[in-house]
Formats: sequence, structure tokens, C-alpha cells
Amino acid sequence: MNVTRGFSGRPRVHNPGLPPGQYDARDDWPVLSAEVTPDLAPADWSFRIDGLVERPHTWDWDAAHALPASAYAGDIHCVTGWSKFGVRFSGVSLDAFFDVVRPHGSATHAVARSHTGYTTNLPLADLTGGRAWIVWEYGGEPLPPEHGGPARLLVPHLYFWKSAKWIAGITLLDHDEPGFWERNGYHARGNPWEEQRYSGD
Amino acid sequence: MTETTTPPTRFAVPGRIAVGHETAATWQTATLTGIRRETPRAATFRLAVPEWAGHLPGQHLMLRLTAPDGYVAQRHYSIASAPDDSGHIELTLDRVPDGEVSGWFHTVARPGDTVEVRGPLSGFFAWPGDRPALLLGAGSGVVPLMSMVRHHRARGLTVPLRMLVSARSPEELIYAAELGAETTPVFTRSAPPGVPVGRMTAAHVAPLLAEQPAHGWEAYVCGTNGFAEHASRLLVAAGQPVDRIRIERFG
Ligand SMILES: Cc1cc2nc3c(=O)[nH]c(=O)nc-3n(C[C@H](O)[C@H](O)[C@H](O)COP(=O)(O)OP(=O)(O)OC[C@H]3O[C@@H](n4cnc5c(N)ncnc54)[C@H](O)[C@@H]3O)c2cc1C
Repeated sequence: MNVTRGFSGRPRVHNPGLPPGQYDARDDWPVLSAEVTPDLAPADWSFRIDGLVERPHTWDWDAAHALPASAYAGDIHCVTGWSKFGVRFSGVSLDAFFDVVRPHGSATHAVARSHTGYTTNLPLADLTGGRAWIVWEYGGEPLPPEHGGPARLLVPHLYFWKSAKWIAGITLLDHDEPGFWERNGYHARGNPWEEQRYSGD
Repeated sequence: MTETTTPPTRFAVPGRIAVGHETAATWQTATLTGIRRETPRAATFRLAVPEWAGHLPGQHLMLRLTAPDGYVAQRHYSIASAPDDSGHIELTLDRVPDGEVSGWFHTVARPGDTVEVRGPLSGFFAWPGDRPALLLGAGSGVVPLMSMVRHHRARGLTVPLRMLVSARSPEELIYAAELGAETTPVFTRSAPPGVPVGRMTAAHVAPLLAEQPAHGWEAYVCGTNGFAEHASRLLVAAGQPVDRIRIERFG
């Protein structure tokens, strides 16, 4: 351990919900996006799942909202170091979308892409079983554009760069294919509890 | 059987360079060798990093401090110095009220102290010096942009480079003495006599975009999220293509 002289850190209570190397952002919700925030109206939003699926399908705003509603209440963790506790998002579980397109047994990975062209890769298993959502509300209000509104992917058990903002689609593959930040040195999976920040961690 | 659509990538900007995986993953010990006050709120910390793999202007690193009980605090900091072979890098830190890491740097740190760093990180905001660069920064957002300006000077580059920086007042303008003809400062609270006070506006951006260098500007925007939203919208409104705007948000 490389102790820093004179550094004790802020007085803290041990928080078992805080992954290693993270701090509690409390009321802050920092915005980290390398792109210009797009002006994307709900009427212009669509979401498509294709690739290794039986029936590729595209939903528009109303069709997506017609699926059974589902919510997430819990924590989120950003690779830049902040975590946010007790947040509430609502939308639809990805399972409901997958029920429609029916993934092939050969599908192992996914690439999520946004309406901006941003991409991020995920193991398919991280998107199923009630662990991922398409969300359009935060704390009961429409999701703000700079946080990915009108709709973003939410995969709260992974670092937040995996939760692609302005989600446009998911393509299922039988292999892993790095996305935008993963090609820029970030970890392929991004599990906060194992501190999978950068490739090689 | 399967059908894949590739939507138009209207906004996405490709990364400029690939980042070495090993260097990004390895923590190194950095020794503080000097502290230079820049403004009442900001100071530059010079660090000897013997194993530093080098960086490109615009890149940042991750820094961590460790308490005796094992608690670690890690934060990202942009690299202020231009790439050189001095075995040193410089960071410029704003003093954030109650800031855990910036507070330690501003009140405790002295030459000889060691901290840990890993990097350089993110090829996305990097500027290798190849394309005309239009730089918009506010507050400590000027830090990675200054690395670009210093690189431009050190290498005697002729590719056009212009910078707009916003500061509350002349006293709070980081690197004031070093800024040259490439820079236009904008003051939001108080300004020297004859200089208007106010936010960055379309009128600041328009003359720069009117210059139209060959192959167009690559724009780099850095600062708080509020500034990044404001400045990137000014650029888009003035005709800068969205896929030629790179944004680094400090949170
Ligand atoms: C890519 C990148 C590059 C950056 N480059 C620079 C740079 O070049 N220069 C620079 O100065 N900054 C830079 N930053 C910002 C930097 O990473 C830090 O966010 C900043 O220095 C503040 O850290 P801190 O530990 O001093 O403050 P923190 O301790 O994180 O505090 C920040 C704010 O949150 C409040 N706060 C946080 N936790 C608590 C708590 N538990 N209890 C009470 N209050 C709390 C504090 O009161 C304060 O207002 C960069 C950020 C990024 C993402």
C-alpha cells in the first residue's frame, strides 16, 4: 500500500453498497458524454433489435410504451468514480423486447448503439433475466436529454458507459465486438465490483 | 435470416488514437517536484513520473491518494504539459470547496510527496497536432487545451489553432501570462476596462468559424457540463459539424 502523506480522506461511514474506488455523488448526477447532446424528440425515437434473432423488430415510441412497464430502483456506478444511490428509472425490461425478437441460441454478445452512433458491447447474459431496461423516466420525470433522453439503455450492475444514452438498437452476435470506449482502452465488461475500468484490469 | 441495419452515425466522433492497454492499467508512483500558483484558486503541480509512456495533448490520467486505513480516493485530471522527454508531467488543479483530492493538493501537498497515477487515458480528446484546432474552454477546462497550445508552440506547428477561454475574471484566468494571439478570453463577472462582461456567445464563435481553414476545424470543448452544453450548442448553431466536436466534461 502506497500511503499518501497527510491524506486521511473525508470522514466516512462504511457503505457496503459502494464498489471499490467509488465515491457517493449524493445529489450530483455528473454528465459524461463525449458528444454533442442530440435534439431527439420522442416522435423521432425508435429502437431496433436485430442480428442473431428470429424476428428482427423495430419499435417506435408508442409501440415501446405499449409493452409492460417495468422499473429499476437501486444504485448506479460510473467509471469516472461516482456512484449514485437509490435512483429510480422506469421503462420496459429488455426481456419484454427479447420475447418479441427471440434470440438465437448462438447469440452470446450484444452491441448497443445510440442514435448518435455511439456503441458499446455487452455479454448477452448481462442484458437478460431482469437486469437491463430501456428507460424513459428518471425519478418520475422524463429522462433529460443530457442523460440520454428520450430513452436510454440501463444496465445498472455494470459501469454506466454500458448504459448507452439515446438508445437506437441492439444487435446480437456470436462473438464480442468492442464498442466506442472499449476501442479507446476501456474494459470489455465493466463490472464495478471487480473494478473492471480499463482493458487489462 | 439475420438482418442488420447500420444507422447513420450523425453525431459519433471516432477516437483519434488507440490507447495502450498496459500503460492504462498500471499504477505508477509520481513524485511531486514543484508547485506553481496560477490563480487564487488554481495551482500547477509538477510530477516526476520516470516510467511515463508519453501522452498526446488532451489526454488525462487517473490519480489516486491512499489513506493509512487503506481508503483510496481516485480522480481524473487532464495533463497540462505538452508531451516532452523531461520525465515530468504537470497537472493544474482547481481548488474545489470541501474537495477531497484537490483539497489535499492545495493544503497538504509539498515537493517530495508521492501519489499514484495511471495513464495516459482516452485517445478521444487527444489532438496530435495534425488538424486545425478550435479550442473552447472554461475554468480548469483550459488545462487539456493548454497542453495543445504548448505542443503547437514547442513543435513550431503551422496548422491553425485558436482558443476561446471563459473565466470569471482576469485574476481567475488560468495561464493568463502564457496566453498569446491564438487566445480570446471571455470574462463572465469582471473584465479589464473596455472588455465586455458576459457569457460566451455566438459573436465570439462566429469570427473563428468564418476563418474556414483547409479541411475545417476539429473543435475541442472542455469544462463543466453546463459550459460544455452551452459551448457545443454555439458551435452547432454556427455550422460546426457535430461529428467534428469533441467534448471533455469535468462532471
Ligand atoms: C476527464 C476529466 C478531467 C479532469 N481534469 C481536471 C483538471 O485538469 N483540473 C481540475 O481541477 N479538475 C479536473 N477534473 C475534475 C476532477 O476529476 C475532480 O472532480 C475535482 O478535482 C474535484 O475532486 P475533489 O476530490 O477535490 O472533490 P470531491 O471530494 O469529489 O468533491 C466535489 C464536490 O462534491 C462534494 N462532495 C463529494 N463527496 C462528498 C461527501 N462525501 N460529503 C460531502 N460533500 C461531498 C464536495 O463538497 C464538492 O463540492 C477532471 C475530471 C474529468 C472527468
